[in-house]
Amino acid sequence: MPLVFTVAFRNLFHDRLRFVATVIGIVFSIVLVTIQMGLYLGFGRMVTTMIDHASADLWVMPKGTKCFEDPSLLNLRERYRALSINGVAQAIPVVIGFADWRMAGGEMTPVFVIGSDLRSGGLEPWDLVDGQLESLSAPKAVAVDRTYFARLGVSGIGSTAEIREQPVRVAAVTNGIRSFTTTPFVFLDVNRARAYTGVPTGKASYLLVRLAREADPDQIRRQLVSNIADVEVLTPAEFRERSRKFWLFGTGAGAALFAGALLGVIVGTVVVAQTLYSSTKEHLNEFATLRALGSSRRYIYNVIVFQALLSAVIGFSIAALAGYGIVQLTEGTALPILITPFLLVGLFLLTVAMCVGSSIAAIVQVTRIDPAMVFTR
Amino acid sequence: MTEPLIEAVNVAKDLGSGAARVAALKGVSLALRGGELTLLMGPSGSGKTTLLSILGCMLTPNEGSVRVRGNPTDPAGPEELALLRREHVGFVFQSFHLFPTLSAVDNVRLALDVRGEPSRAAKLRSREALRKVGLADKTRAYPRELSGGEQQRVAIARAIVGNPSVILADEPTAALDGENGRAIMKILGEIAREQGHAVLIVTHDPRLLPFADRIVHIEDGRITGEQRGEAKVQ
Repeated sequence: MPLVFTVAFRNLFHDRLRFVATVIGIVFSIVLVTIQMGLYLGFGRMVTTMIDHASADLWVMPKGTKCFEDPSLLNLRERYRALSINGVAQAIPVVIGFADWRMAGGEMTPVFVIGSDLRSGGLEPWDLVDGQLESLSAPKAVAVDRTYFARLGVSGIGSTAEIREQPVRVAAVTNGIRSFTTTPFVFLDVNRARAYTGVPTGKASYLLVRLAREADPDQIRRQLVSNIADVEVLTPAEFRERSRKFWLFGTGAGAALFAGALLGVIVGTVVVAQTLYSSTKEHLNEFATLRALGSSRRYIYNVIVFQALLSAVIGFSIAALAGYGIVQLTEGTALPILITPFLLVGLFLLTVAMCVGSSIAAIVQVTRIDPAMVFTR
Repeated sequence: MTEPLIEAVNVAKDLGSGAARVAALKGVSLALRGGELTLLMGPSGSGKTTLLSILGCMLTPNEGSVRVRGNPTDPAGPEELALLRREHVGFVFQSFHLFPTLSAVDNVRLALDVRGEPSRAAKLRSREALRKVGLADKTRAYPRELSGGEQQRVAIARAIVGNPSVILADEPTAALDGENGRAIMKILGEIAREQGHAVLIVTHDPRLLPFADRIVHIEDGRITGEQRGEAKVQ
């Protein structure tokens, strides 16, 4: 192994306390960035969970709809206009809205009602752990998630409550359909959803359009826009993007997460820069000796940069383990931290860039070394 | 007479700036030839170390020129000077300047590593250099495990391992007791006479006079005298 690596390694491990402090700094910094970016990705996924699970080729919605939870309404007459277009196989109405859930004991809690035509399967509850989807067709039947049992004051199938003073009965139970707003989702038939949310008959929040197999989506979309007034037609990808943009940037949540991540990078950079600078200063005599022996500047830069890389690899490895633990801990919560392979690679590159960037101050310091100083020390 | 391996011709050098500026060398000429151990003697502040730094391509003169194997070093930037040091000069310092975290053989290998010499060959040459200075059995020892004399011998091995033209030593015995000092001077004398290197030793210790082939006196930035040494101790 070239000695440049040995020198870097020994320089780094020579002062173990300082090395531990450096690694802790990197770990804190990267864990902070991981949490912020993981929250960003997790939040981004949570806000589109309904769009992800809906079975639609196109979404028809009132003009100006900002996100899935935006409770604007469109006229149900438009459904027939949509169905009249050649290539449209189905146009399934979906009704959404906030409502009050009254428990058997009289306590109230807000819920988010999602009503869909259950026979067509537009936006059904998924991951059922108890009960059948078909049972939601029965009067009063609703599906709720078991993580919200306590919030809703229910214990499972057969539990009863009221929404807008109308009785409901739990007929199906899901697992893991969490809302980032922490307001429980309640799935039920579209017609009863109108009654529970106060949406007038003949209105709906969305039309989920399914296309015939040979239909051209772009052409159908153009026709939908021209045939139906005051609506927008988006693909699921576009609607996801719009919802994400609204929740992440329209509300400032994304900016706050990015600001936290940036803060993590700054803290990490300062910690590593400070360590490398003081380490270089401590070993200045050795670097001057190297220069006296005729080493190039590049050789000395390599020592410093390798120290930075070594710190990055060790710090990142520990941070990645910590990140994995945090992912496990937040799994199944209302706002899980999501770490994708892409994010992991990005975080590693960020760690390397942060550590190598931190070595600039140290490199500037050795650039000024006068090899003749070895005679005076 | 052989051609000089390194030569300073009418070299002048000012150090410091403004009111603190001093003329450290005032037109000094000195040629070092292979097979010769030269002592450069003079009081503190006489310009010994400045001349050593200029001959060792660490400093560039304000006036005059330096020639390495007949080639002028001027104009040379810091990297070109580093290349000249790498290829032609070996240094021995008063305070050894060994890397405390490296073993003896790795300290010696550094001089080859900075040249980009492959590890395996560099290790073999480094062990051979340590053998030459009598440390064949201490190759794995760290500086803290070695006596002052042994540390200086490691530094000498580091200086000679790259087979440079010239060995420049700055007070190499100042940190050693008499016995170790004599042992070091004996090794440096052998390096000059048996291996054909030019060895220049900066000192103000008269006890080293018996080891010299040539003694150059410097004072107030000027060469004030030169004499042949006795070199009694072989």
